[in-house]
Amino acid sequence: MISIKNLHASIGEKEILRGINLEVKAGEVHAIMGPNGSGKSTLSSVLAGREDYDVTEGEVTFNGKNLLDLSPEDRAREGLFLAFQYPVEIPGVSNINFLRTALNEIRAYHGQEEMPAKDFLALVKDKSKLVELDSKLASRSVNEGFSGGEKKRNEIFQMAMLNPKLAILDETDSGLDIDALRIVASGVNKLKSKDNATILITHYQRLLDYIVPDFVHILYKGRIVKSGGKELALELEAKGYDEIKKEFEIAD
Amino acid sequence: MANEILEEHIQNEYKWGFTTDIAADEAPKGLNEDIIRFISAKKNEPEWMLEFRLKAFRNWLNMVEPQWAHVHYQKPNFQDIIYYSAPKPKKELASLDEVDPELLKTFEKLGISIDEQKRLTGVQSNIAVDIVFDSVSVKTTFKETLAEKGIIFCSFSEAVQEHPELVKKYMGMAVPPTDNFYAALNSAVFTDGSFCYIPKGVRSPMELSTYFRINASGTGQFERTLIIADEDSYVSYLEGCTAPQRDENQLHAAVVEIITHKNAEVKYSTVQNWYPGDKEGKGGIFNFVTKRGICLEDNSKISWTQVETGSAVTWKYPSVILKGNNSVGEFYSVAVTNNYQQADTGTKMIHIGKNTRSTIISKGISAGFSNNSYRGLVQIKKGASNARNFSQCDSLLMGDKCGAHTFPYIEIKDKSAVVEHEATTSKIGEDQLFYCKQRGIDNEKAIGLIVNGYCKEVLNKLPMEFAVEAQKLLAISLEGSVG
Repeated sequence: MISIKNLHASIGEKEILRGINLEVKAGEVHAIMGPNGSGKSTLSSVLAGREDYDVTEGEVTFNGKNLLDLSPEDRAREGLFLAFQYPVEIPGVSNINFLRTALNEIRAYHGQEEMPAKDFLALVKDKSKLVELDSKLASRSVNEGFSGGEKKRNEIFQMAMLNPKLAILDETDSGLDIDALRIVASGVNKLKSKDNATILITHYQRLLDYIVPDFVHILYKGRIVKSGGKELALELEAKGYDEIKKEFEIAD
Repeated sequence: MANEILEEHIQNEYKWGFTTDIAADEAPKGLNEDIIRFISAKKNEPEWMLEFRLKAFRNWLNMVEPQWAHVHYQKPNFQDIIYYSAPKPKKELASLDEVDPELLKTFEKLGISIDEQKRLTGVQSNIAVDIVFDSVSVKTTFKETLAEKGIIFCSFSEAVQEHPELVKKYMGMAVPPTDNFYAALNSAVFTDGSFCYIPKGVRSPMELSTYFRINASGTGQFERTLIIADEDSYVSYLEGCTAPQRDENQLHAAVVEIITHKNAEVKYSTVQNWYPGDKEGKGGIFNFVTKRGICLEDNSKISWTQVETGSAVTWKYPSVILKGNNSVGEFYSVAVTNNYQQADTGTKMIHIGKNTRSTIISKGISAGFSNNSYRGLVQIKKGASNARNFSQCDSLLMGDKCGAHTFPYIEIKDKSAVVEHEATTSKIGEDQLFYCKQRGIDNEKAIGLIVNGYCKEVLNKLPMEFAVEAQKLLAISLEGSVG
């Protein structure tokens, strides 16, 4: 699905990613954990194509294509979805209109016709159930006046609508109460299939009680310093990040 | 990044910039009483009309160009303008078949159909159109259908001939010839425009529309529109405009007057798309327009909706004088400036009658190196008890080289008035754009979405067909302007 080799990225003069290697196959769920400032969000931004970062070295192959050559919108159209840590508000643009535009842009990229309005509305109805999203939210402006929990649920709703091959969830659990977390996690679980993959970026082990990962990676100072199964997350939870820091202290 | 996107925008061309190769009947350059007599004679006008013009001209000679607007431009040389240009008719036109085919082609390119027959096949929507090409009105459609209801919709010149009593009574009522420099100039040299009268108790069965086109080089367009809504009547009126792409600045100084009687309502919508000049700010239309309505009697309503994307310099304040008790004035505006465009636009709401209400919603969008100003006056006269106004002026900035300015003036002479003013300034964020892109929406479409969302309150006020056109126009005007 996605293959990341020796990825280096910096913002201005500061190098943040210092040689990431990661292989994610269809059907897998990977969790990337790490302390604040380890480069977790940078990794998701670089993969999604945010222009604030310069990729200085390395390569990323996504479905056989050189991901780094693609524009952000083409990455999305190829099936890469980023659930934002801080979803953006777009006043005056209804969620429905936004999603219909997005969906049809993606379809056009694949040479498909626009989805008929009737089918689209049926899809909205179906998918909004998945994250228990109030149907009123669908017709409101994108994220405008949404609570933190509603914004995160809306991200998963969008993910359900656009049906990506690879979903990157950037700290989707942050700021969620336990009920919202359960709803979001159950949505993600229902969307899982043998044909898609998920990368969960998180600070806490808590989310992994609900979405069980196949692999856990620990990111520290721009490198993956340790990988393992789901038990690695528990170990981390028990010991805390300090242990890791001591173990993998790298001179800046 | 910003530069790249600006570059991209620069390549975006004005689609309506073609010229039509057509023989024109023109006045010599320059302005003096003889020219005015020439125009008046060309139009076979009665003596009172000529007197009106000459009086306005003599006034104009003593007036100075206004300096207070937040715009900078090379003052037009008024002796270097052709004040009258008409496509040369081969003979008197008896039917559409006789209109110069070149002219028909022009309107086809502009997407305006003047062929009434098409309506029967369901191609044309339910809109009657008057088309003004340079200085004359070329064709008014659906005249007969409207006449059955007693509605008069014709060119201004025709109204002077056919309905002199109405023209004489109402012309200059909302915009007196001495009102301001450009209104005085217009009153002296106006060549054509539209005239519309809705009789008592009639709701116009269709939208009435005027389309203005400047074609000939070196000319100015000075049209005049007069709309009268008699008691208990209603009309929705649309206005659109384009001009060819030229290096020179062409002057457009129009006057629009609306008068509403008891319980009458006029809704006036404009999509202004005059040529804005090139990326360096060369050429483009100077759009110095006076638009004003009077709610003459009780319970009447005048609503202005404008989408301003064109012109090099815009100077325009569609206003309402709320004279009748319980009368209502509205102003909904989207003004877009890009490259080196400058706009100083807004409204005046003059409350005279009791319980009068006004609403102002202004959405300014500035991009490139442009300057966009909102200028508004809310005036509550003594005795205008319980007058209410709500104003909301929002500015959206794209990039960091443009300017947005707000000049709201409020004068309250009656203690019972309630006046509210809200203003915001925001910037289209990289974050919003990236969010859209991450969902598969490209830059251009994303800007279109965001801008249309921002302008929604105003676009919602436009009639359907116009709203669609306006949305597209907004997207085109702003293509690639975010960095």
